[in-house]
Amino acid sequence: MAGKTLYDKLWETHLVKERADGTALIYIDRHLIHEVTSPQAFEGLRLANRKPWRLDTNIATPDHNVPTTDRSVGIEDPVARIQVQALDDNCDEFGILEYKMNDVRQGILHVVGPEQGAALPGMTIVCGDSHTATHGAFGSLAHGIGTSEVEHVLATQCLLQKKMKNMLVRVNGKVGAGVTAKDIVLAIIAKIGTAGGTGYAIEFAGEAIEALSIEGRMTVCNMAIEGGARAGMVSVDDTTIDYFRGRTFAPKGEMWDVAVAKWKEYRSDADAEFDTIVELEGATIIPQVSWGTSPEMVVPIDAPLPDPESESDPVKADGMRRAYEYMDLKPGMTMGDVVPDRVFIGSCTNSRIEDLRSAAEVAKGRRVDSKVIQAIVVPGSGLVKLQAEEEGLDKVFVDAGFEWREPGCSMCLAMNADKLGDGEHCASTSNRNFEGRQGYGGRTHLVSPAMAAAAAVSGRFVDVRELLDAKA
Amino acid sequence: MEKYQKYTGIVAPLDRANIDTDQIIPKQFLKSIKRTGFGPNLFDEWRYLDEGLPEQDCSQRPLNPEFVLNQERYKGVSVMVARKNFGCGSSREHAPWALEDFGFKAIIAPSFADIFFNNSFKNGLLPIVLSEEKVDSLFESVHADSGYSLEIDLENQVINCPDGESIAFDVDPFRKHCLLQGLDDIGITLEDADAIKAFESTYEKEAPWVFNAIK
Ligand code: SF4
Repeated sequence: MAGKTLYDKLWETHLVKERADGTALIYIDRHLIHEVTSPQAFEGLRLANRKPWRLDTNIATPDHNVPTTDRSVGIEDPVARIQVQALDDNCDEFGILEYKMNDVRQGILHVVGPEQGAALPGMTIVCGDSHTATHGAFGSLAHGIGTSEVEHVLATQCLLQKKMKNMLVRVNGKVGAGVTAKDIVLAIIAKIGTAGGTGYAIEFAGEAIEALSIEGRMTVCNMAIEGGARAGMVSVDDTTIDYFRGRTFAPKGEMWDVAVAKWKEYRSDADAEFDTIVELEGATIIPQVSWGTSPEMVVPIDAPLPDPESESDPVKADGMRRAYEYMDLKPGMTMGDVVPDRVFIGSCTNSRIEDLRSAAEVAKGRRVDSKVIQAIVVPGSGLVKLQAEEEGLDKVFVDAGFEWREPGCSMCLAMNADKLGDGEHCASTSNRNFEGRQGYGGRTHLVSPAMAAAAAVSGRFVDVRELLDAKA
Repeated sequence: MEKYQKYTGIVAPLDRANIDTDQIIPKQFLKSIKRTGFGPNLFDEWRYLDEGLPEQDCSQRPLNPEFVLNQERYKGVSVMVARKNFGCGSSREHAPWALEDFGFKAIIAPSFADIFFNNSFKNGLLPIVLSEEKVDSLFESVHADSGYSLEIDLENQVINCPDGESIAFDVDPFRKHCLLQGLDDIGITLEDADAIKAFESTYEKEAPWVFNAIK
């Protein structure tokens, strides 16, 4: 009999009950809650007179709506204020642990969960947010859910699911210097397409993935959803175990050893069978940048933008034409011809300490170009911010002309005051380049933190490796 | 949830692939803490010529005459045909809420994004997967015939076309049952409360760190 995949193992250890039609009741270990997708779920509980099944499994923090500038004055936008207040009230009423806006532990949920050790290897982790896949980086089954399911998990600690198929994305060999986890995942999405992973749980593997830190793996898994997969994951190894040692909610003492032994089983067996296998060669991946309005519209920084006329799929060609119109770009140009009006370094994809270090390395001793209206750095959590300040990164950024902000989702989806103006181009380390995502009429180009910093100091999109070479 | 009954609805064509949830309902409207009232902001950026703000009276805003849902012939629409990967992007349930609030009861496409697909069933919105060829021919029929309507019969899993053609579709039996009966998932799961408790007591022995850690 063939071995099991990581996903098979996670599924089996959390299976409460399987129905004859293949629908299964899956037990959920951790539930992360934020202000946007939870108010209607709490309201549902109240209306049905239900209580949360367990309290020691939920953790909440506001992230989407919070301002990233001075918070001592509270939230100016009345609608956002009500929503954040609703989260505070609901957590107080139901007894759920919440890091409120002015708590130093507040931040983007997908940064806060692992940072606190609230999300751990081998767990099932859900959140009313599609980027929950981030937590798959440490051998968990993690995925986004809608508000009805938020309510369902609160009330029953379970979800009704059908098993997904297994896909393996293997990145062979090493990637070159200056090529990051973000470039790897953008290259993967360019290859499989935004629907390539629909119906699958994707496991990322291969030498290039194993060489990544947990933070890098989180960047990769974060964007599994942009490849259509609800869940992305990486098998547990020593890097995983080391990351969690000593974290607030991680087991301690003897229980730690028991947990580690168990976590190490969360690896795909050598003879596991996958329904689909996709392979990429690490050596061929160079810094990537998205040019269009879908995360599959990505090019290597040195390549000309593709021509819809040579696209054989008419629906795809049509999408490309619309994207060119919206982005005000033309086939054949290179991204070097584009000026980023704004630069955003942050989001659950790229706002961890390693991301800030890599952007700071490029920014150090340079200045944001005068053509760039604004460049902001938004740490993923209050603790990431503190750490960066201890390392002096804030100073590097501020000296170079970047703004240093308070943690939150910020310009990733522009629900707060941080947004693009109509028609503006942005070098952004976030994960979605949809029309209007970062502000009405805004034009997003997805890049790594190092590439964003390089674009900021160059006043155009450039290959960051040239700047790194110049320093070496 | 209301029981999902057989009905005949006017069809609107939305001829784009990869329609994402940011288009279906832009983020500024997610600040609401209610489940209803999202209909006027469905496809806001395509539907209106100005930038939409939360809690604004949409009846005074300039409409984009090019956008299908603004065209007279699609008034009262309740079925949409679209291209592949409909509903990709975020997990926001506001997307099916907005579609449902606007009046849609079924979306027909060659494929859907997983989370959107799942969310739709929980809100009385039926996503129907048909082959690319079938979807192509529906687009042709809709364009050719003003007022083109389809009968959606979930019970028998068929779409009945005005020309007499019947198109069969697949649907998960459990989801079909819940839609037809208007059942609430949570109530159904709580019938298994004993099984959940039994699972927990075994699981807690194997993985005690999962329990009582977050306080
Ligand atoms: S940072 Fe962006 S993608 Fe991540 S949770 Fe926030 S809004 Fe969603």
